[in-house]
Amino acid sequence: MVDPHLLFEQLFNGVQYGILLFLLAAGLTLVFGIMDMMNLAHGSLYMLGAYIAATVALATDSFLLGIAVALPSTLVVGIFLEVVILRKLYDRGHLDQVLATFGMILFFNELVRLIWGPAGIEVPLPSILNQSLTLFSIPLPLYRILVIGVGLAVAGFLYVLVVKTKLGMLIRAGASNREMVGALGIDIKKIFTLVFGLGAALAALAGAMAGPIFAATIGMGENILIQVLVVIVIGGIGSIRGAFVGALMIGVIEIMGRSFLGDFFKLFLSGNAAETAAPAAASMLIYILMAGVLFFRPQGLFPARSG
Amino acid sequence: MKKTFILGVSALALTLAAPQAMAEKAKEIKIGFVTTLSGGAGVIGKDMRNSVQIALDHLGNKMGGVPVKVLFEDDHFKPEVGKQKTEKLLHKDKVDIMSGFIWSHVVLASRNSVVKAGKFLIISNAGTSKIAGRLCHKNIFSTSWQNDQVPMAMGEVLNKRGVKSLYIVAPNYAAGRDMVAGVERTFKGKILGKDLTKWPTQLDFSAELAKARASKADGVFIFYPGRATNAFMRQYAQAGLTKTPLYSVFSVDSLSLPKLQQAKLTNVLGTYSTQFWAPDLDTPVNKKFVADYRKKFGSYPSHYGAQSYDSIMLIDSAVRAAGGDLKKMDTMRAAFRKADYGSVRGKYVYGNNHFPIQDFYLRKVVADADGKWTTKIEQKVYTNHQDVYASKCKMKKTW
Repeated sequence: MVDPHLLFEQLFNGVQYGILLFLLAAGLTLVFGIMDMMNLAHGSLYMLGAYIAATVALATDSFLLGIAVALPSTLVVGIFLEVVILRKLYDRGHLDQVLATFGMILFFNELVRLIWGPAGIEVPLPSILNQSLTLFSIPLPLYRILVIGVGLAVAGFLYVLVVKTKLGMLIRAGASNREMVGALGIDIKKIFTLVFGLGAALAALAGAMAGPIFAATIGMGENILIQVLVVIVIGGIGSIRGAFVGALMIGVIEIMGRSFLGDFFKLFLSGNAAETAAPAAASMLIYILMAGVLFFRPQGLFPARSG
Repeated sequence: MKKTFILGVSALALTLAAPQAMAEKAKEIKIGFVTTLSGGAGVIGKDMRNSVQIALDHLGNKMGGVPVKVLFEDDHFKPEVGKQKTEKLLHKDKVDIMSGFIWSHVVLASRNSVVKAGKFLIISNAGTSKIAGRLCHKNIFSTSWQNDQVPMAMGEVLNKRGVKSLYIVAPNYAAGRDMVAGVERTFKGKILGKDLTKWPTQLDFSAELAKARASKADGVFIFYPGRATNAFMRQYAQAGLTKTPLYSVFSVDSLSLPKLQQAKLTNVLGTYSTQFWAPDLDTPVNKKFVADYRKKFGSYPSHYGAQSYDSIMLIDSAVRAAGGDLKKMDTMRAAFRKADYGSVRGKYVYGNNHFPIQDFYLRKVVADADGKWTTKIEQKVYTNHQDVYASKCKMKKTW
């Protein structure tokens, strides 16, 4: 019998993990959906955000200041990349884009090693955030509650931006038919640059928020990017709403799988076999879900493109 | 007349013998050293390389009068890359001896290449049960331990400390499973739960920590080497598990402690781990090694470093025994088996599987005189302990 307290706590952990994925997926899905650009280096911007935030936080002893510096500086890096490198890749195929942005991953990993060394940096949190808050006799890490809060705020901000503003209208229009937007006399280039910068800033926010949980390390982006790609495929490429729902689904499934699959397997497998099979099966769950979604709804749950 | 004759004959004999001896003495000794230099685990490789440097400094870059060159290769933490790099070192660079190897799965992938090339392999870290057992080989030696020994020592510590129940979290790969098997072998209490996590990509432990807390175990046992240590320790503190004592193997060490201190994770202070070595282990060789390392690199060496230092020193003892003639494989092997060199851990002997039979200690995390966090030996747990896989190795001890 599953302890309801544990179930609730794992649900919380799943939501928190999903929110972190959402922060990354939101930027990536915008770039992919609107610009039709496969940007594998999104994870590098995440890493950069984590490192900058960690460095500033260590130097000034203020976690908040770290985030405040990481966001605009990664945004600038993002815009620089878009203008200097990515712009040349829009007319090429996805394979060229994958190759070029994969090269950028290698470049950024080496760059970070040169600047910060191979060891990674720890981000000191204000001691109040290193504690847990007890809710219905379940201790919930305060910092993870903060991550959820920030994620929900970002989701709200993006909702307003995409649904209520003129820029959002152009973004949506760009996602469904970018040639038409260009034909109507909108400077699509400027929107692309802006969207890419926004995506970079969101990645940096995700990195800065992930730093105090995982620490800033080289290659941190690649690990999580695979799951983020699954999220945007499930949610529908280009759709913020899809990214949000997809991220929460992936987060909850991932955590639930890790928590309870072992016990479930033990019902019909020997202890040892269950213990080694469960983690392998748990990490497959999200891909099984993706395969299912691709089979029944190839455009994802909330397709952004009409045509 | 007789004297002149003897002198003449001796001189002749010398001229005959000397060039021959000279011809067989190698011009240069090349040691191939495979470790991880990139990515998050690169910090381990750096410590090993630094320690090899200290060893070479102490040897004056010569073994038995022959200049030594150590060629480092990065395995990228991947078995297939480790094997490629091993092949490259053996066949392109034509190294005389192979050493290094942090990871069990990497050394398992690379083992056969070294064996086929007929070279010696001195493993500086990876202590997989397979090479200690079934896959032991006359040309393979370890200067570390067999994986299970360290958690077995921890199991004994837990029994002595009256820990009745335990929750285990470890990564799902060769060494992780060895660690779990080790602590389960000696721990007499109840194991309330066990999670094997995806390695090395999983750095979120929220689900596992929640289960550990819900189990209400007396203690939590972990094995998370490299960068995963810090992620785990941090989340352990955040999850409100600070009241449950944490017992670790190969996780809290000289590499992770500066980072944990930087992050002000004070819950690490006072936690226990077991190991064959600590920076404060009281042997003359270790004191010199640690002091010189700290002088040159400004931090404490880790056990990875200590073992790498020993690897070079062990190789030196064999090269000297063979008079610098690397073709004398049998002489060198006999010298390796004697382990007659200045090890940081003091004198030890090799078992039939070429793994050390040695002492293990309980270490506690403390702040040193300068306030730097380090590990300090609390007590000896095992004396002359041999791993359990030695009996599965077909080699017989003849030395």
